[in-house]
Amino acid sequence: MTVTNTPNGFNLNDAGRRIVVDPVTRIEGHMRCEVNLDDDNVIRNAVSSGTMWRGLEVILKGRDPRDAWAFVQRICGVCTGTHALTSVRAVEDALKISIPENANSIRNLMQLSLQTQDHLVHFYHLHALDWVNPVNALKADPAATSALQQSISPHNPKSSPGYFRDTQNRLLKFVQSGQLGPFKNGYWNNPAYLLSPEADLMAVTHYLEALDFQKDIMKIRTIFGGKDPHPNWLVGGVPCAINIDGVGAVGAINMERLNLVSSIIDRTIAFIDQVYIPDLLAIAQTYKGWLYGGGLSGTSLLSYGDIPDNANDYSTANLLMPRGAIINGDLSKVHEVDLADPEQIKEFIPHSWYKYPDEALGLHPWDGITEPNYRIGPKTKGDRTHIEELDEDAKYSWIKAPRWRGHAMEVGPLARYVIGYAQGNKEITEQITMVLKTLDVPITALFSTLGRTAARGLEAQWAAGKMRYFMDKMMANIKAGDLATANVTKWGPETWPNSVKGVGFTEAPRGALGHWLKIENAKIANYQCVVPTTWNGSPRDGEGNIGAFEAALMNTKVENPDEPVEILRTLHSFDPCLACSTHIISPDGTELTRVKVR
Amino acid sequence: MNETFYDVMRRQGITRRSFLKFCSLTAASLGLAPVFAPKIAFAMETKPRIPVLWLHGLECTCCSESFIRSGHPLAKDVILSMLSLDYDDTIMAAAGHNAEAIIDEIVEKYKGNYILAVEGNPPLAEDGMYCIIGGKPFVEQLKYAAESCKAIISWGSCASWGCVQAAKPNPTQATPVHKVPGLANKPIIKVPGCPPIAEVMTAVVAYMLTFDKLPTLDKQGRPQMFYSQRIHDKCYRRPHFDAGQFVEHWDDEAARQGHCLYKMGCKGPTTYNACSTVRWNEGLSFPIQSGHGCIGCSEEGFWDKGSFYERLTDINPFGIEANADAIGGTAAALVGAGIAAHAGLTALNRAKQSGAEQQ
Repeated sequence: MTVTNTPNGFNLNDAGRRIVVDPVTRIEGHMRCEVNLDDDNVIRNAVSSGTMWRGLEVILKGRDPRDAWAFVQRICGVCTGTHALTSVRAVEDALKISIPENANSIRNLMQLSLQTQDHLVHFYHLHALDWVNPVNALKADPAATSALQQSISPHNPKSSPGYFRDTQNRLLKFVQSGQLGPFKNGYWNNPAYLLSPEADLMAVTHYLEALDFQKDIMKIRTIFGGKDPHPNWLVGGVPCAINIDGVGAVGAINMERLNLVSSIIDRTIAFIDQVYIPDLLAIAQTYKGWLYGGGLSGTSLLSYGDIPDNANDYSTANLLMPRGAIINGDLSKVHEVDLADPEQIKEFIPHSWYKYPDEALGLHPWDGITEPNYRIGPKTKGDRTHIEELDEDAKYSWIKAPRWRGHAMEVGPLARYVIGYAQGNKEITEQITMVLKTLDVPITALFSTLGRTAARGLEAQWAAGKMRYFMDKMMANIKAGDLATANVTKWGPETWPNSVKGVGFTEAPRGALGHWLKIENAKIANYQCVVPTTWNGSPRDGEGNIGAFEAALMNTKVENPDEPVEILRTLHSFDPCLACSTHIISPDGTELTRVKVR
Repeated sequence: MNETFYDVMRRQGITRRSFLKFCSLTAASLGLAPVFAPKIAFAMETKPRIPVLWLHGLECTCCSESFIRSGHPLAKDVILSMLSLDYDDTIMAAAGHNAEAIIDEIVEKYKGNYILAVEGNPPLAEDGMYCIIGGKPFVEQLKYAAESCKAIISWGSCASWGCVQAAKPNPTQATPVHKVPGLANKPIIKVPGCPPIAEVMTAVVAYMLTFDKLPTLDKQGRPQMFYSQRIHDKCYRRPHFDAGQFVEHWDDEAARQGHCLYKMGCKGPTTYNACSTVRWNEGLSFPIQSGHGCIGCSEEGFWDKGSFYERLTDINPFGIEANADAIGGTAAALVGAGIAAHAGLTALNRAKQSGAEQQ
């Protein structure tokens, strides 16, 4: 038994019963979670482990930097595009390439459509089943469901008793078939599910409706990027050309295409206002007593910011999505964040399956090293290919431990919203105030699993509204005669300096995302990504600080240890993306080729 | 288990009339004559929902994301009515032991009668521990689930070819499904693309359920209904290629008029896929239509064939009548071969010449 007080304020005790959740499902990629429960089934120790590694950045070495976006876009197909956008920004930063205003608007439209769709899919298809019980929906009275729907969302046209009865019938037949598909083996008898049958039926109906609708949001990206997932991007702008009334306009972004984008934006705004937000508030109203999962959200938050209003200005003032850092729970001070400062962001690996020459030190991403080093600790139960229980005193994850000025940080929608709130961002403050008032809870209620889930919904609403803003802005720019979408003055490598470095950033749906690269002789010499789930899913560091997932699980009561739905709730509230989190690679990559071929 | 697809659709409130309409649309989307619609209807009326285990190895989940973008049929209808998606860690409610138990149950109960869908691939280096599921290497789960399946669908370029993590130097030794040592000998349908087109994915599934057989595969194991012709063969910008009208720079006048992207590095001439015909996201667009060349994402090893912006120098001078098998895989290097079989060759030479003059 070990009792430890972590420097970031958690008391770990591994004496009690250990339970393991692997695979953690309804996430992107692969992860494992282990916790120790005390006699009252309260979590007193939490261990989260990233269980995949692909090594993308070593693959990038020696490639053409203009191609990099396509490679890194394949880091993640869920937050598809955000890595590509980060990459073209990093290359443009290194080569001092500016982009046209239209390209900035189109990139923002693509990034905002991702924020909207990804949040929507997360809420309904990855997270809802932690709160919503589809089997219980069979007991609902469709007329009462209709009344509930009309009371919480008077403008939603799909609210008749017949509409809900149809879904209920379909669900009933599905359940009666005995083939439960994705709902098989859920914890449907667990008392942790609290919604009324009517609320469950409403939410399940919207689960299906949202599945149909989400694909339409991404059509915005297909129009500008040619396909989705994984649309096309371009260093220096965007690949699509604009032609409004010239010869061959049918082969470019023309009036018909722009109208289609505009109509999708309108429908997206309506769907979020009429379906997502009312559902979110209804679910939160029922569960608002369940205030577990705060973790680092009340103390340590980080955001790089995103959505530049005007092209080529990445300063805090020009970013519509907030940027800054909060530490020690002091909301009165938002610290400036500088991705190029070697003292701010560093990555540590004492508990990660990597090797540094000196593992006591952290490394800034421009100077980062990643050499895989899969080695399990002496207290591991099982063996190296059949792990029953991890040894968290040793290395235990494929995720590194990034720290901001030494602090483990939480990133994501809640971090952005708390930072925006602390900065007095008007739109964000209005949204947060609305939620707190509707639910009749204090501001501290934000620092929780539910707060994370709520911030994501509010951000989807905000992002949909900003799509309208950039659509209008682009139309005004086109009207003023500016059709440019790409700057090709530095397209040719012969125009590039011999040795440069750059950094690009976005706010991915899951949080702060940065890419650092060095270009030498027109080829990539080093490429490093520090991604949202590297921050949130980080293992312990050398000082013993636990990461955001681990912190958020602490002190949570688990009703039934054989059905740990509470663990899933809190992990899902971060929207983990494991394929993203595990890519950091060495500057030269030579060590990697040592990997034995068996 | 004896419930048929038709039963399920009827019991879910779908009328016979809608059902028959669905059958005609399915026939149409598969490029079949209307006479096939009754055949589809008969098949649907007599078949139970087949269980599917959808496993994830090293991947990025773009295949799943693409799948849920399907407009016809809707992903919702595939999941609720066409098959029984009993295991898919991206969307399933169950987690941990409860999730793993499903694989055991399906393997036991439906021996030889379930489909294994694989997204991503297993890394073989480091004893497989670059991808761990339930504390064990993913490759073990894959081999176990493959042992008793009816057939394997290799979704996307990861499962089909290896894709990005297998690009040089392939640090984890990521290995496509058909090359996994010791994997049970089962029919494998490769549906490559990064990701594959949503409606191609659902059509492949619908075809198998409808006709109760595997689609006809080409020599590389891809359904020939979608992968037997090159993007270039059916590209709506092909006339500009033939006429020697090319985009020379991003956002130039030719780009705004939708001319051919060959000189910008388009890999359409060497890529076998349905993008220029089925198109993406319910037929809305495809890369070339939105101004960027094809990067060849459905081709084996496309990451290691030079920059996406380098123009092809190995285009086969074949006409559109040539298919993947006739050519024998992707374009073999026949640089400058003097078989003037098609006007395209003239245009190509003209393009090369003007390119050379510029440099």
